[in-house]
Amino acid sequence: MAMLHLVNKSPYDACNLNTASSIMKDGDQLLLIEDGVYGAIKSGKAAGLLQGLKVSVLGPDLAARGISEDKLVDGIDVIDYAGFVDLVEANDKVQSWL
Amino acid sequence: MSDAKKFMYINRKAPYGTIYAWESLEVVLIGAAFEQDVSVAFLDDGVYQLTRGQDTAGIGMKNFSPTYSALGDYEVTKIYVEKESLEERGLTLDDLQHLVWEDEDEDYAEKDSIRLVSRAELADVLAGQDILFNF
Repeated sequence: MAMLHLVNKSPYDACNLNTASSIMKDGDQLLLIEDGVYGAIKSGKAAGLLQGLKVSVLGPDLAARGISEDKLVDGIDVIDYAGFVDLVEANDKVQSWL
Repeated sequence: MSDAKKFMYINRKAPYGTIYAWESLEVVLIGAAFEQDVSVAFLDDGVYQLTRGQDTAGIGMKNFSPTYSALGDYEVTKIYVEKESLEERGLTLDDLQHLVWEDEDEDYAEKDSIRLVSRAELADVLAGQDILFNF
């Protein structure tokens, strides 16, 4: 029963990513959107939260914020809106950490 | 100009996720028209407002980041960026736009607007202001 976890807040402004990443179970998927994409920057202090997790990030939100893909934590999947829909479809539930 | 007040605009929010960054920029530009002594500070998630290469075509929002480069023309030449906030987020000055102003007293020489300051230095800058606006 895999769950898709959505995080849309900066990890430097809110504890959402902290809670989501520590509550995720094996097989769950994390998707960073909107200001959540700042959590995917490799050299940032929050990058450690993503260790061992399946992580995707929404490309259009990265581009809007001027974050190039070479700055991201290794192994992160950059997806578009169609890929977002695919993830929703592929998981049994969606948990939105608002 | 001797009765000009020192105005400081403090930006602590990322762009696009909320409307604060854009609203702040508009207020700074309006305020600059009243010939006050204006400073702008970027700290915490506010440092993200100045990242270079922002392209909002994919999210259907206005890209207001090019407007920061107009601040110099409005004589907003003191832009403080906090070092600790950049470092925590894995960013350096190279990740930010290069903002300049032209000094008419020195034959319009281009000078950097961004001043990289530590939290302690920023505290001193804040202490020297008359009015603080927070966004």
